[in-house]
Amino acid sequence: MSATDTPASLPAPHTAQRSPWGEVLHSLSRSGTFLTGLFILLFWVVCALFGQHFVPYDPLASDIINALTPPAADHWFGTDQLGRDVFSRVIVGSRDILTVAPLATILATIAGTALGLVIGYFRGIVDDIVSRVLEAFMAIPVVIIALLAIVALGTSKITVIVVIGLSFAPIIARTVRSAVLAERELDYVAAAKLRHEGALHTMFVEILPNVIPPILVETTVRLGYAIFAVATLSFMGFGIQPPSPDWGLSISSNYGMIGGGFWWTVLFDALAIASLVIGVNLVADGVHGAFND
Amino acid sequence: MTEPGQAANALELKDLSVAYRVGRRNRAVLRNVNLTIKAGEAYGLVGESGCGKSTVALSVVRYLPRNGSITGGSIALDGKDVMKLDAEALRRARADSVSMVYQDPGKALNPSLRIGRQLTEIFELTGVTGQAAQDKALAMLNRVRISDPASVMQRYPHQLSGGMQQRVAIAMALANDPSMLILDEPTTGLDATVEAEVLDLIGQLRRELSASILFISHNLAVVSNMCDRVGVLYAGMLVEEGSTKDVFNDPRHPYTVALLRCLPRGGQRKDQGRLDTIPGFLPGIGATIAGCAFADRCALATERCRAEPPPLYELGDGRLSRCHYHDKAQSLPRATPAEIAAAAPKQAPPVLQVEGLNKTYASHGRPLRAVKDVSVSLRPGETLGLVGESGSGKTTFARLLLGLIAPDDGGSIELEGKQLAPRLASRSEDQVKAVQIVFQNPDSALNRSHSIRHILSRALKRLGGLSGKTLDTRLEELVRSVRLTDRHLAVKPRQLSGGLKQRVAIARAFAGDPRIVVCDEPTSALDVSVQAAILNLLADLQSRQDVSYIFISHDLGVVRYLSDKIAVLYLGRIMEFGPSEAVFSGPHHPYTEALLSAVPKLDRTESLRIRLDGEIPSAANPPTGCVFHTRCPRKIGAICETQEPELTEVQPGHTIRCHIPYAELAKLQKPKTMETA
Repeated sequence: MSATDTPASLPAPHTAQRSPWGEVLHSLSRSGTFLTGLFILLFWVVCALFGQHFVPYDPLASDIINALTPPAADHWFGTDQLGRDVFSRVIVGSRDILTVAPLATILATIAGTALGLVIGYFRGIVDDIVSRVLEAFMAIPVVIIALLAIVALGTSKITVIVVIGLSFAPIIARTVRSAVLAERELDYVAAAKLRHEGALHTMFVEILPNVIPPILVETTVRLGYAIFAVATLSFMGFGIQPPSPDWGLSISSNYGMIGGGFWWTVLFDALAIASLVIGVNLVADGVHGAFND
Repeated sequence: MTEPGQAANALELKDLSVAYRVGRRNRAVLRNVNLTIKAGEAYGLVGESGCGKSTVALSVVRYLPRNGSITGGSIALDGKDVMKLDAEALRRARADSVSMVYQDPGKALNPSLRIGRQLTEIFELTGVTGQAAQDKALAMLNRVRISDPASVMQRYPHQLSGGMQQRVAIAMALANDPSMLILDEPTTGLDATVEAEVLDLIGQLRRELSASILFISHNLAVVSNMCDRVGVLYAGMLVEEGSTKDVFNDPRHPYTVALLRCLPRGGQRKDQGRLDTIPGFLPGIGATIAGCAFADRCALATERCRAEPPPLYELGDGRLSRCHYHDKAQSLPRATPAEIAAAAPKQAPPVLQVEGLNKTYASHGRPLRAVKDVSVSLRPGETLGLVGESGSGKTTFARLLLGLIAPDDGGSIELEGKQLAPRLASRSEDQVKAVQIVFQNPDSALNRSHSIRHILSRALKRLGGLSGKTLDTRLEELVRSVRLTDRHLAVKPRQLSGGLKQRVAIARAFAGDPRIVVCDEPTSALDVSVQAAILNLLADLQSRQDVSYIFISHDLGVVRYLSDKIAVLYLGRIMEFGPSEAVFSGPHHPYTEALLSAVPKLDRTESLRIRLDGEIPSAANPPTGCVFHTRCPRKIGAICETQEPELTEVQPGHTIRCHIPYAELAKLQKPKTMETA
């Protein structure tokens, strides 16, 4: 062994540097977009978790005498045709959508990631066939798939989660596939082959950790779409069932009355959906920016 | 050459300091750099990466990245203070008097515009339009000696080879008839043969043009061939300056001395001694330096060096050195002892025997023979160097050996007398661990999500079949054998420098006691001092473990240092195969001769120059007869075009594929002295 090429002459690793994840968190904490979105999102999460305990009225209690009163001091957002307090229903209405949409997104992410890893890693005929099937699947509108599924399985939150999850999975699979295509050409994948590693190990232990950033970005973007999809399905009557307070459902049962001047029965639910989608999209923008700086 | 002093200096940097803002702190990158380039002079700037070479170039045209700022000093171009120019004047200065050529011509050219359009655009900026601009563009391409310039004008950048692209980039740089031409590693990404041509071109243009040149390169030999004067940059400071001949033949700063010693020179071989290295590391950017910046790595350093920053001592004849002990610089003791244990004579049966290996790809329906009829053999503890331009099939051959791609039917690969299955998946565990690789780029080869401990443990588990306590013990040994320590285990690859990452990659290849390790350009991404340490490490591991290497490198000096046998490949065929010394000292195949002639030499001995015309032909459509005849400087006649020569044994173990008889080759190649890098 040579005299000076000893371990002591090699420098310590730069431990003072931030890790890549630390770097991302640091940049998120300085992103106005992300923080604004997070604030909106957290507001609705708090409403979903604890709204029931602080709303002024029971969201299910009807009060026919006070039906359809416009916004005023004792009913901030007015009441609907059964005299239920709109404010309380909007606050508590976040509960179901904020369970169903994230669960659907998680399902889509898990299924899409697994699928994307497989087709991106194996390529060839597997990729050709699966990719075409996915494209065909993506060409069918979610609503049609939902209709078919509900006819077959009956209406329930589980059905909605499965339908949205599975119809979003191909989109995530496509994102993961393109990231995997770039990764599999790197030499560490060849090195894994030269250790006779199995395909599962190579896909999930070697490649997966390196494609997490695009998956995270895609997931947050999908969450926004999932919220929108859940609201749409409720509006069409396929999702959450009455009398649960729900924004889409509420708009659907009240929109006929806008013509009569009872705008408050619809507007606040619509704003709630919009604000949640915007919040999630701001978060998605922030995450995207943090990974792509 | 222009008389010094008669005109304003082309470039004058006075106490130039530049800092980059990182994490809310200004970190000094250049520290009081003083540098003068006279009119018509070519000035070379050398130093390892991170020394600030490119920052100098960017400062001159005020192109620093957004977080960079000039914190002090002045820059004068043609006597005009660049710092005082307003936006419009700066734009005009950039348009009229300075031009830059960068390392990667592919990125310097606009991929969606034809070459003609890109060139005429520059003339239109200067007010020439229409046909006149077209004519000027054509004249410019003629000037950079592009063959068939009219058709090149019609092409897009991706339709040109790297060497042609760089010529176009040079043509664009010369279009405004600059008084100052900045070349930032202009040949680094090119093959040696192409590099030689581009350097010849720059040399010729220098004589035709009045431009002064700032030539930045990490390659000392290139700078020594191109420049009148040279400056050595270390940690953002000029540590030595003088005429090129003086600095390289009689260096007066320990850093220059050490840098020159890191290169394998004059045909040095691994059994003649280890290369010298530079211990320690460059101070980080923005580090506060109390005394001499090089003191921590210098064996001559005294208390005075650590306390008192040395000034630039004037040594007469325009020579400067930033060393208190410049008169003793050359007595710098070696950092790595040269002596090595004598290698045992190798008479063992071959560890690797390759017979008639072929690989054919389909390219647009035509067969593309990437590797054709390659046969080599290698004994334990030997190194086979693979040499040839890019596209010659070196990497394909290596991947065939590894089983990453399957060869055509018919050929055979034998490892220790046993047939190796063509596909990796059908090889036994023992065969898999016996043939491993060190990749060129450790960033790609090491999984960035895994810790070094994970990477090496996994290799030991899979290749060494170890687990639990024995694995831990072996891990410790392995880490020590590549001179890393425990504290390197916990980190991720990105926290290590390039050299350390490559050590991890080497450790991984050695995890299962391999018989053969393919080294695919393992040092080409590294600085010379780090390269020397890695080459020493590879040589040490080889002499201790009797492992064989397949060593691929474009650097012939490096190949020669490590190799016992050389295979010269051209279009997938072996043109010459034999013991390293026989191949290098000749008589050799005309292609080998041309490759050797293309290597820039540090000592500037002007040997007979052989330049290859044109591009390496496409393997999908190889020339008839001898595939090299289209570029061969020693072509003898029709036979070369019609009949492919056999690989004939000219001396025991030395084969050449050429129609010219060996005795004739010896006579042809005799007159010149073959001094190699």
